[in-house]
Amino acid sequence: MRRNTRGQKPAIAERGRSPGPTEGLVLKVEDLTLYFRATAGVVRAVEGVSFELARGRSLAVLGESGCGKTSLARAILRLLPRNVHTYRGTVLLNRTDIMELSDERFRRDVRWNQISLVSQAAMNSLNPVLKVGFQVAEPLLLDHRAKTREAYERAREVFDVVGIPTAFMDRYAFELSGGMRQRAIIAMALITNPSLIILDEPTSALDVLTQASIMNALKKIKQELGLSFMLITHDIATSSELADDVLCMYAGQLVEQSNAERFFREPLHPYAQKLMASVPTLHVEKKPEFIPGQPPSLLNPPAGCRFAPRCHKRFGHCQEEPPLFTHGDSKVKCWLYEKS
Amino acid sequence: MDNNSLISVKDLRTWFELKRWGFISMGFVKALDGVTFDLKKGEAITVVGESGSGKTTLLRTLLGLARATAGEMIFSGRKIDSSDERDIQWLRRQVGFVQQDPYGALPPFMNVYRILKEPLVVNKLPAEEREQRIRESLEEVRLIPIDDFLTKFPHMLSGGQQQRVVVARALLLRPMLIAADEPVSMLDASVRVEILELMGKIQKDYDLSVIYVTHDLSSVRYFSHRAFVMYAAKLVEKADVKDIVQNPLHPYTVTLLKAIPDPEPENVARFRDIPPGEPPSLINPPDGCRFHPRCPRIIKGLCDTEQPPEFQPAPDHFVECWLYK
Repeated sequence: MRRNTRGQKPAIAERGRSPGPTEGLVLKVEDLTLYFRATAGVVRAVEGVSFELARGRSLAVLGESGCGKTSLARAILRLLPRNVHTYRGTVLLNRTDIMELSDERFRRDVRWNQISLVSQAAMNSLNPVLKVGFQVAEPLLLDHRAKTREAYERAREVFDVVGIPTAFMDRYAFELSGGMRQRAIIAMALITNPSLIILDEPTSALDVLTQASIMNALKKIKQELGLSFMLITHDIATSSELADDVLCMYAGQLVEQSNAERFFREPLHPYAQKLMASVPTLHVEKKPEFIPGQPPSLLNPPAGCRFAPRCHKRFGHCQEEPPLFTHGDSKVKCWLYEKS
Repeated sequence: MDNNSLISVKDLRTWFELKRWGFISMGFVKALDGVTFDLKKGEAITVVGESGSGKTTLLRTLLGLARATAGEMIFSGRKIDSSDERDIQWLRRQVGFVQQDPYGALPPFMNVYRILKEPLVVNKLPAEEREQRIRESLEEVRLIPIDDFLTKFPHMLSGGQQQRVVVARALLLRPMLIAADEPVSMLDASVRVEILELMGKIQKDYDLSVIYVTHDLSSVRYFSHRAFVMYAAKLVEKADVKDIVQNPLHPYTVTLLKAIPDPEPENVARFRDIPPGEPPSLINPPDGCRFHPRCPRIIKGLCDTEQPPEFQPAPDHFVECWLYK
């Protein structure tokens, strides 16, 4: 079956309109691990992360800097640097194991066709000497050998979706404001009609009002096109604008996966509780607190639970590494939720 | 001005000239256009605004890094003439600067000791006093044990520790004012509060005045007394932080506060009200109120022709908007 799909590319028009199944899993990640080699030793950036993402839902990946959020995205997209030490696990995208694919097939069939990425500070990554419309249409022109007219037609459609006037297609990046450039990048991610878009800090470089309007645009896209999003951010307040589910990471490991309702109201893991308490709120009177101590080095993480040295609920059991316990709908990596 | 005020600024303007080929004047970028305020001793204020609203220029003017074009600035009873080199030199010693990006603000080839020694050397402090000053200010920012940190280079420190070094450097010359440009925006949420609490404690201990410049009002609201809202080179609203948050008057402040989310699961289903358009160009700002092209409560014939003066609808609450005439 694989051989059949190899040489053929579905026409763009078809790709654009086929609604696809509306239920089921888009992404299922099992035991994904990514270690880097460094002069000082092995950096355990992502360690045994498993999660599922259903169609039309969005997952926010939260955590402090250096906890492995971006490495997780890179591991899923196989955008790896040269110093990879270990890279293993299963990534099922629409029930196909994409870890099995060769690099060439991954590049051609998966990256940007089924999973697009809006990376950090992406708005500064537009080419200054090419027109924005061309850059947005480029994935179709290059990858699908689409006719120029068709590609531009589709580019016009996605410009409409993200809310940029189509007249801006003939402009250069420097003529657009920061918010417009960010929208153009989102348009570029949408043009191949992927089933999953990974947003890595999509709004952290933008102003409050621009950020809110980009979030409005993303919500609209999610409602209208039924796409799945994976939103990677350290800005917890903004993530609540888009998150249906939350995956919280600490020191390269998944510590809690809950639905947004549970996570933003009463998180389970002590780290998640502390993290939520550190978020300042504007409309509700609540003095934020900080988490004492520092996250451990990923070169030589402590044995047992990695949050134990900073944890206020630590007890004897924490010297052993906790497995992922199921608590209601949530999964939490903490001995407190062990079923007795 | 009363005796209690540290800075008194009247109608301050900082304009940058645009030149073509280096000499033909193409007009001015009016980055600061008529700003008036008083800052008391021991008071912390926050200047909130979007990027390009002139908030950093305001800070740079107060620091003497940008020269004011017009207006009056009195610092601790001394009138600052921005063309007088001696005034500027004196002013710079009185103000400590906390930069936004700690890694960018610390030279990577110097260790903490050399970084902290430099301002003391530049300001000709006697050599025997230097060591003690450095130790005092490191103690103040809780980088303990001090001897471990003195020999470290910036890349060996975490983001929070780097920012502590920046704060320590700002405190070295015992300034009267700390000017902080987005002091926590590059840090993680869990560290932000720690740094802000540290700065709040130092501010109280030394009875310092602090100006925070930020676009994120929610994190600094508990650490400042008053807040100024800046839009297109003007301070459009000045009031207690509590008043600004609970009872914003200027339509721009209202929309700005509405756009800032709290972490609540309901946000997913809610679209936010965003005014159309973008902030105006500072080269050629619109007539009348600068917010009128985007304002939902515009009074036709007034807002688009005449610039609103400052009104005071409540005690200590100032707003530049015709609605409060």
